[in-house]
Amino acid sequence: MSAVHYAVRHETLYRYRRDVVHAHQQLHLTPRNSERQHCVLHRIDITPQPAVSAEYVDAFGNWVTRVELDRPHNRLQVVAEMDVRLDALPDWDFEQAESWERVREQLCYNAQGRDPEWLEAMRFRGESPYVRIKGLLGEYARDCLRPGASVATVCTALMAKIRHDFTYAPGSTEIATPLLQVLANRTGVCQDFSHLMIACLRSVGLSARYVSGYLRTHGPAPAAATAADKDRDDDDDDADDDDDDDDQERSGDTAAAAATDRDGIVPPLRGADASHAWVAAFAPPFGWIGFDPTNNVLAGQDHVALAWGRDFGDVSPLRGVILGGGSHRLRVRVAVRRIQDPA
Amino acid sequence: MAETNPFLYPGSAQRYDELLERDGSIRAHWRPLIEHLSSGGAETVRRCVDMTRRLIIENGVTYNVYADPQGRDRPWQLDPLPLLIDHREWRDLEAGIRQRAQVLNALLVDLYGPQKLIAEGVVPAELAFGHPNFLWAAHGIRPPGDTWLHLYAADLARAPDGRWWVLNDRTQTPSGPGYALENRAIIGRVLPGLVNQLGTRPLSGFFHTLRQSLTRMADDGSPPLVVVLTPGPFNETYFEHAYLARQLGLPLVLGQDLTVRDDSVFLKTLSGLRRVHAILRRLDDDFCDPLELRAGSALGVPGLLGAVRAKRVVIANALGSGVLESAAWLGFLPGAARVLLGESLRLPSVATWWCGEKPALEYAIAHLDRLVVKPTFPNQKFEPRFGRDLGEEDIAALIVRLRSRPYAYVAQERVSLSQAPTWRAGANVRLAPRTLTMRVYAVATPGGYEVMPGGLARIAAEGVVDIVSSQRGGGSKDVWVLTDPAAPQVKPAAAAPQRYLRHDDLPSQLVENLYWLGRYSERCEDKVRLLRATLAMRTNAAIWRNARAQCVRYGVLTADGDPVEGVYDDTLEFGLTSDLGRLGWCATQSRSRLSAEHWRSISVMQRHFHEAGATLADPLDSLDRLLVSLTALSGFALDDMTQDDGWRLLMLGRRLERIQFLAGLIAARLDAGEPLPQGELEWLLDVGGLSITYRTRYVATPQLAPVLQLLIFEPSSPRALAFQWRVLRETLAALAESLSTLADEPLEDPMAKLAAIGTAGVEDEGQPGAERRALLSAALMALAAAAGRHSDRLALRHFSLVDVDLHAVVT
Repeated sequence: MSAVHYAVRHETLYRYRRDVVHAHQQLHLTPRNSERQHCVLHRIDITPQPAVSAEYVDAFGNWVTRVELDRPHNRLQVVAEMDVRLDALPDWDFEQAESWERVREQLCYNAQGRDPEWLEAMRFRGESPYVRIKGLLGEYARDCLRPGASVATVCTALMAKIRHDFTYAPGSTEIATPLLQVLANRTGVCQDFSHLMIACLRSVGLSARYVSGYLRTHGPAPAAATAADKDRDDDDDDADDDDDDDDQERSGDTAAAAATDRDGIVPPLRGADASHAWVAAFAPPFGWIGFDPTNNVLAGQDHVALAWGRDFGDVSPLRGVILGGGSHRLRVRVAVRRIQDPA
Repeated sequence: MAETNPFLYPGSAQRYDELLERDGSIRAHWRPLIEHLSSGGAETVRRCVDMTRRLIIENGVTYNVYADPQGRDRPWQLDPLPLLIDHREWRDLEAGIRQRAQVLNALLVDLYGPQKLIAEGVVPAELAFGHPNFLWAAHGIRPPGDTWLHLYAADLARAPDGRWWVLNDRTQTPSGPGYALENRAIIGRVLPGLVNQLGTRPLSGFFHTLRQSLTRMADDGSPPLVVVLTPGPFNETYFEHAYLARQLGLPLVLGQDLTVRDDSVFLKTLSGLRRVHAILRRLDDDFCDPLELRAGSALGVPGLLGAVRAKRVVIANALGSGVLESAAWLGFLPGAARVLLGESLRLPSVATWWCGEKPALEYAIAHLDRLVVKPTFPNQKFEPRFGRDLGEEDIAALIVRLRSRPYAYVAQERVSLSQAPTWRAGANVRLAPRTLTMRVYAVATPGGYEVMPGGLARIAAEGVVDIVSSQRGGGSKDVWVLTDPAAPQVKPAAAAPQRYLRHDDLPSQLVENLYWLGRYSERCEDKVRLLRATLAMRTNAAIWRNARAQCVRYGVLTADGDPVEGVYDDTLEFGLTSDLGRLGWCATQSRSRLSAEHWRSISVMQRHFHEAGATLADPLDSLDRLLVSLTALSGFALDDMTQDDGWRLLMLGRRLERIQFLAGLIAARLDAGEPLPQGELEWLLDVGGLSITYRTRYVATPQLAPVLQLLIFEPSSPRALAFQWRVLRETLAALAESLSTLADEPLEDPMAKLAAIGTAGVEDEGQPGAERRALLSAALMALAAAAGRHSDRLALRHFSLVDVDLHAVVT
């Protein structure tokens, strides 16, 4: 299969009830390059114009944009646009990956020197703020851990198990919902399922990353995704069921849940694409393989990666601390459009 | 040769004794101390013990210093007998500490840089990457001079063979150096001659060096501004933060006093934003920056890590240095020292097995009976367990736990602590042994680490046990490092002149709290006078009715209900108890600027009133007592505080409050229409605090005109309105000069209007008199309102940088 091209447009719009006097924002909105993903071009437009803007690469190799706004504003719009080429996945034979026991063994300290690939994997096998390691999580994964099974097979089984056991339910969880609660309630969104799968893998001694990005659904390529934007000035956020799938509005503390609400990518296909999250597991000798537990598919040519880290906290698309503002409304829109190879 | 000194106790066969040789004789370097104390007899000892206790209370040395009426302050425990360390022994220890700090710093440089030691298998990846204080966001940062560890502390224990062993390394925000200094200040006064006679090395140089090492960081030619960042008054070691800041001459700030603009850190001060060059933090790693680290932290400074990354600020210790606070590192330090410094580690650590290594795990399981099992990471909910104390089932459960997640546990040998003499209080004064650990400190300098010649010894609460903990009620000891008597006397270098705080280094939030401290001190005083004068009139029905109505208007009594209960009613929003609480809160928030006595008098006052309320004690008595305490506060404000801009705002608060109260009260009574009866004039004088002044001046029963003259216009009476106005103007002028701004001319118009109206004709009969009084009343009302507006103006002008509305947003 040949490479595919996408044009992605990701718009975040905050509307604040009162003026924000000063703000720091940190953006993970630049797609990273990898073996099979190539960013052809990208740009980020921010309105109002930030007083200070700088870019750097974080410890995991992601591009980070930091901005500071020092003028009063009641509206912040961040539009990230990118053209990305995705190569086809190789034709892996999952049975040929190393056994999960061996990988687990090799990830442990042995007082020996290590090569960079394994050192990289070791970064993603411990606890992180959103992924605590718990015995119960290891228990949950147990029936996927056939003795001698290849690590890729284990991951495939675990992904299917999560997809089978859990109900996709936007709004049922928040960023801070503990994994054990997700496990008990059997509901969540892509972020929860990804964290859960990562926690299960790490709890049995394997390495896994959290990947933030976009998913293109199969279906008619949408035209320019500028669906009617119903702008309302009231703060009546709960009554927001106007079937406008592109429009997410929340205020105050529940804003955080908005992004996670976006990923209902379950067949039959929906018209709108969404910001998404999935898992990359370390499966030598193939390296890192993307598993999407929300959809029970491998992350291949439908998945555009923005950034990866230990968990959501390392790669949140937009994270900020603002002074003032009062309550706010948030709208996130993502359009992933397949385009012709520009070459 | 055993001693016959009646003070002494028998030595121990199992432990090292700091005082006694194996044969029971006194070690040479302890002799002068013991001789001094035994020659003075029991009296001397009792005097030492009492004086120590008194100084601790006077200096307000506590753990938690939040002023609350229940008095949860825990006084610091200090044994008057210092721990003496011989100069030869110290020399080795010092070299060991210096080297260890260097190794740990180099390890941090590697972990946050190339991670060579992990790649080569010298240290386990699990220890760094699984540690909650390993901040990936700090990876790749290179602080100036590659200094991550500015201040380092090690907890030491002495084994039975006399060698010192390291129990713990403190690399994040080592606490205690302030307590060590305070201990020395106290013991230096308790045993003044001995400190010199024994050649005890002073501690001040260490703090000077610490200050130097922080102020070195200025990069823009401006005088460096260094601040101490505290999580606030609720932290259990807040006393030390305030004390340390004061000793170092640095402003004590909260996260919200700082702001990051264009990757530089600024302190919000009275005169605007001032660039901060270095921060000595007492805040944990992950709380320091809600933008990049723990998102919910209201204690931190958004963008701080970005400023560090841009090399625009130095943080001591560098963010992320807490990763080395785990017992699991202990076993890997000898290897790290070899690779990083090419040296072998001088100071041994207590024998530790990290269970992440297979052989270590097996060893630990096989020897659980003589090991203690601890968590590897500080965020694990696992209390250390002594294998010896566990039953069979618990042992089996522990083994399952260890095998399922071995890297999360360490096993350590139990340490047999040394013992040192302490005073046993009671009828027979004598020495008793207590086990101890010692915390020692080192500070980074361009020439390597410098070790504090002293430290903080901590002793067990009861007898000789192997656990020493301040939380379990143990005490502390000063540590005296003795100079070599043979060595030439080195005169301590003359301390460089202390650079005192510039007025513009005052955080605006602190100044705001001082302003409100002034207002609430005055408000409480006014309300006490109002209540006291009113209750004194209870037998006079007519006056009681009007006076009580004023109390209701000011919110200190209810319209109906028992007035005695009303005085103590803590459900009244503007009642005395509520306002005393607000006063206490403001004092807590400006604790770093108040003397120990000032501070203590506020908490004692609150406690007494609270206790009086519990028993519904005679309200006139307790109001009298309260008034004495509140008057003392204004004395503290005048005589006990540096008269800088913070103090000026406190005084402005007092003056404006008094103008508002007194003008409002007189206006309300004048407005009543009928002339005031004589009893009510007495009441008014009493509320105004001017009864005696009136009597000495007029030697007559009160008349309305002279009463008003005194309350409103008398410029020489510190309780009169005219006096408040004069001082207000002078204070504002001084503030303006200090801040190089134009002075306000406050309350000119209403004061001029008042003067024009005067008191003439207020006593006239009928309509004309009523009109004069109404006119005066309106002018007083206008004055009270103008005072209120001026308060808002001050707030806008000086406190507008105070952020109250900061929050984190994430998509």
